[in-house]
Amino acid sequence: MDKKNAKDDRTDLVVQVRGLRFLRGRKVIFEDVDLDIRRGQVTAIMGPSGTGKTTLLRLLGGQLRPDAGTIVVDGEEVPRLSTKQLYRLRQRMGMLFQSGALFTDLDVFENVAFPLREHTDLPESIIRDLVLIKLQAVGLRGAASMMPAELSGGMARRVALARAIALDPMMIMYDEPFTGQDPISKGVIVQLVRLLNDALGMTSIVVSHDVSETAAIADYVYLISEGRVVGQGAPETLRRDASPWVEQFLNALPDGPVPFHYPAPDYLEDLLAGAGGG
Amino acid sequence: MPHSRTVEIAVGMFVAAGLAALFLLAMKVSNLSSFAAPQGYVLTAEFQNIGGLKVRAPVTVAGVQVGRVIGIGFDNTDYEAVVRMAIDPRYDKFPVDTSAAIYTAGLLGEKYVALVPGGAPTYLKNGDRIKLTQSALILEQVIGQYLFNRADGQK
Amino acid sequence: MGWIRFLGRIGLRFFERLGRGHLFLVQLLAALPSLLPRPGLVIRELYSAGVRSMLIVVVSGLFVGMVLGLQGYNTLSKFGAAESLGVLVALSLVRELGPVVTALLFAGRAGTSLTAEIGLMKATEQLSSMEMMAVDPIRRIMAPRFLAGFIAMPLLAAIFSAVGVLGGYFVGVGLLGVDSGVFWSQMQANVALHADVINGVIKSAVFGLVAAWIAVFEGYDAVPTSEGVSRATTRTVVNTALAVLALDFVLTALMYGVS
Repeated sequence: MDKKNAKDDRTDLVVQVRGLRFLRGRKVIFEDVDLDIRRGQVTAIMGPSGTGKTTLLRLLGGQLRPDAGTIVVDGEEVPRLSTKQLYRLRQRMGMLFQSGALFTDLDVFENVAFPLREHTDLPESIIRDLVLIKLQAVGLRGAASMMPAELSGGMARRVALARAIALDPMMIMYDEPFTGQDPISKGVIVQLVRLLNDALGMTSIVVSHDVSETAAIADYVYLISEGRVVGQGAPETLRRDASPWVEQFLNALPDGPVPFHYPAPDYLEDLLAGAGGG
Repeated sequence: MPHSRTVEIAVGMFVAAGLAALFLLAMKVSNLSSFAAPQGYVLTAEFQNIGGLKVRAPVTVAGVQVGRVIGIGFDNTDYEAVVRMAIDPRYDKFPVDTSAAIYTAGLLGEKYVALVPGGAPTYLKNGDRIKLTQSALILEQVIGQYLFNRADGQK
Repeated sequence: MGWIRFLGRIGLRFFERLGRGHLFLVQLLAALPSLLPRPGLVIRELYSAGVRSMLIVVVSGLFVGMVLGLQGYNTLSKFGAAESLGVLVALSLVRELGPVVTALLFAGRAGTSLTAEIGLMKATEQLSSMEMMAVDPIRRIMAPRFLAGFIAMPLLAAIFSAVGVLGGYFVGVGLLGVDSGVFWSQMQANVALHADVINGVIKSAVFGLVAAWIAVFEGYDAVPTSEGVSRATTRTVVNTALAVLALDFVLTALMYGVS
């Protein structure tokens, strides 16, 4: 365990995962995963696609239950919470879904106002001000009256971000925030994640496989592969890590410990078997 | 989704239309209205046999409906059926010697009460009894009698 | 042995879904009280389930009533009983066709759109994100739609029957020359408020509950892909039709058969 630059203050941990094990059917998604996420930092969780990074966020949010291990978020053990307690905890968490997941029957303004209307009894004028403040923060105050279908992918994600911070959560989880964005909107979102984290004093968890963008803003990085944590540390220390897998992943090499070919029977035999059968 | 005011108005109209339809079914299609309005004065008549006469059957004079049967009871002393009828107050000049008969509309149709006015100078009032009555024709009795007579004749 | 196993698997899957559906119904019913302070949510859904189904219900009701008038007249006049046309039209509509046909139309018009809407919300992670915003989708999305369907169905069925009676009247009295007074008086003399009209309303309320429940459940239970949503939509129509027709038999037997 690399704890060189970790403060040993336990109360400073917003999320603490110990011995996490999660199965989907018979397939092992996570096996003995330990994670610590510190307050006020941007923590990145990186790994190849299909390693269950989204699943990890759902586990933190209590939408899935682990098969073993503990998940403590803000002092509460998530899998043990009652529905009511869980919903109270979720009011302190924001989550940005990969697709944005905006409500398609509501316009941008109403999307951002949604959590405020559901959880507070604020008068309309204050809701309006709050929504405009959040939209201003993501630079889309001018798009307040547009419908989600009229937005570009990057704008939709920024609206979803404004919605996720509407209730001023203490922690926000980003699910692949950079995927499928053009370079400009990618840059905008990279900046926003860092900016919002520092300006609002939040804690951010970014799940991503975009190495360069994520490394640019993360304070701490966990690398996950095949259900285990294979590397962790500040981005610079990780780059110096000589582990061949980390090197392949961070430098985007096509072949390495992760083979280019999915496990398959011998190529020649496979072809001959097909020819014989036909 | 249109503006919320439009939505509310449209939904209000929809609910009103639904309730109006229910009201129509209750008042116009079924017989709630006749339940609610048994107005008119009441006459009674005793019959030996009322056949299949039902409450709410029409009461007619010269084929015109003037009222409805509102109650059917049984007199325990002289063993006769007591039929109570509500008559439209517009028709208040039936002589006291008016007679009542139970007929069938068509061969197999509904039973109804037909009144035949007499010639007396005084008129029936609310609660009066019609003394002259003719019972319903019971098809089985008629057929039985007919067969019986024929059998008699053949001997 | 393969086919026995196959049957077993189908049976298990069927009962599993049935169980999930009933658990879901319990959740829906438990969520209904939370709608009391927010009638606006239900009103919006009454708009999509009720107002938007009006046109098809009115037009179908009119034509069904007209056909009943035509067919009924042809048959009844053979027996010299054309005066009973009003009775035939009204009883057929109020007792059977009103509730049943409206429920089938409702499944096709409102049920499918409910299923597709909820299925797509699931596929696009809207339901998930709502959960993560600490908003229970069953309370916020499913329960208002379910309640609106349940309220809208009896009203739609009443509109269908009323319009149908008028359609029968147009054909019978207007085209075929049945006497107008006889049409109405025969109808009133033979249609009972409780036995016919109220039982018809009870039927349509039961069908409304079932149709709204199936539509919402199929959406909620849909596989979150475009194929899954399209399958769920089909299942809504098929399952609602089967459930309504089977329930109609049971209710008719209870209301009119055993006496």
